[in-house]
Amino acid sequence: MIRLSIPLRQALARLSLPLMIAAAFGVMLLGKADALLAERLRSHLADALSPIYAALAEPMGAVRNLVEEVQDLSQLRQDNAVLREENERLRRWQAAALALESENELLRRQLNFLPEAAPAFVTARVVADGGGTYARAVLLATGPQHAIRKGQVALDERGFVGRVTEVGSRSARVLLATDMNSRIPITLESSRARAIMAGSNGARPRLSHWPEGVMPVEGERIVTSAEAGAFPAGLPVGVVRVSPQGAPEVELFARLDRLDAVRLFDYGLRGILPPESVTRPEPRPGRR
Amino acid sequence: MASPPFRPPQGRPAPAPGFLRRLDAFARLAFPGFSTGFLMVLAAAPVSLPSPVFAAALPCVFFWSVFRPAAMSPPVIFGLGLLLDLLTLAPLGAGVLVLLAVHGAALRFRRFLARQSFLAVWLAFCGAALVAAALFWGLQALLALRLPPFAPALHAALLSAGLYPAVALVLARAHEAMRHAETAP
Repeated sequence: MIRLSIPLRQALARLSLPLMIAAAFGVMLLGKADALLAERLRSHLADALSPIYAALAEPMGAVRNLVEEVQDLSQLRQDNAVLREENERLRRWQAAALALESENELLRRQLNFLPEAAPAFVTARVVADGGGTYARAVLLATGPQHAIRKGQVALDERGFVGRVTEVGSRSARVLLATDMNSRIPITLESSRARAIMAGSNGARPRLSHWPEGVMPVEGERIVTSAEAGAFPAGLPVGVVRVSPQGAPEVELFARLDRLDAVRLFDYGLRGILPPESVTRPEPRPGRR
Repeated sequence: MASPPFRPPQGRPAPAPGFLRRLDAFARLAFPGFSTGFLMVLAAAPVSLPSPVFAAALPCVFFWSVFRPAAMSPPVIFGLGLLLDLLTLAPLGAGVLVLLAVHGAALRFRRFLARQSFLAVWLAFCGAALVAAALFWGLQALLALRLPPFAPALHAALLSAGLYPAVALVLARAHEAMRHAETAP
């Protein structure tokens, strides 16, 4: 320690405050003159202090977790109460459903209603799309052990996809509903009117041949019709959308652009005749 | 240390300026500055409080300036002010000047304040904190040449006024202990 005389020390002590204030103004000037100086100093300070903050982060995180835990617990109580109430409500609904089911059973017995057999189906992977005779068709990989038949109905997890048109020993081709050659008998669900859904090679098949006096309404659900014995009734197909030109089209439920697997249902329908049984019309005698 | 046997001791012998004693004295001298700096660094840790660095620095500087000005000398305050400027995003020099002004005011009235009750000192500190926050705000406006929002400055003043009793309680204990250690033989 440097030994100084007492008056000198006192003078220094008295002087130090004004001196430091002057230095503060100097620092201000320095800060104004070199704007990057403060940034550099701050980054150095942050580098030096970061271990302290890293050490602090652990206990602070623990405290924060504790607080969150307590909040979660109170939230849990509320959730529990809500769930209990919902459970009660659902129990009432379940009772109602069971009552309706038994009533339905009873009514069916009295009506001598013939229940439909659950259809058998196989699921096949889509291995290629396009190719072949049709513009909109997919190829399925099947095995010889699966009895795939021409005319079987293909559905994906959402709705109607198309039907099987060609069957090989290890593959089957499905003609999609959007193909130009596809004609599907359908029912407009709310008006119960029959119509034909005709593919156009576009994303949305068109509707045609609906009966007079009925107009397909935008958003109306469309299901297959059992007419002609090609499909079972009531498979979900899509909803009606009116095109900008005013023509009714069908927005399909199935996602035909991203098919990866389809289910092939065998409803045992023989509506589609094998080609050899089709009698070709006699060629007309030419007009002279 | 062996003293000559023929000379009887008169009064209390002066303590030997041993290494430990010097260390002890240095620790007492350095404690206010370092504790304040550490508190400021802790306050700068990311928590959701409005500008707690300024609010943490002000009570410490005020307390030590009133009750132990020898340990809270202007160079120490200069360093603390620089730390304040760097920890907050204030322009360089603003915090230094504010802390020095608080120190100067506390020094000027320390003979009067040291004799007052705690409540009176607290009230004086509240006034000082308000003026200091206003000065800090004004300096920031002047140095950055744009008006910063006034609410954070007010929050900082209120927060430091509220922190003062807690800080003063701990610091008064430390001050008492240091005084006790200094008067002990």
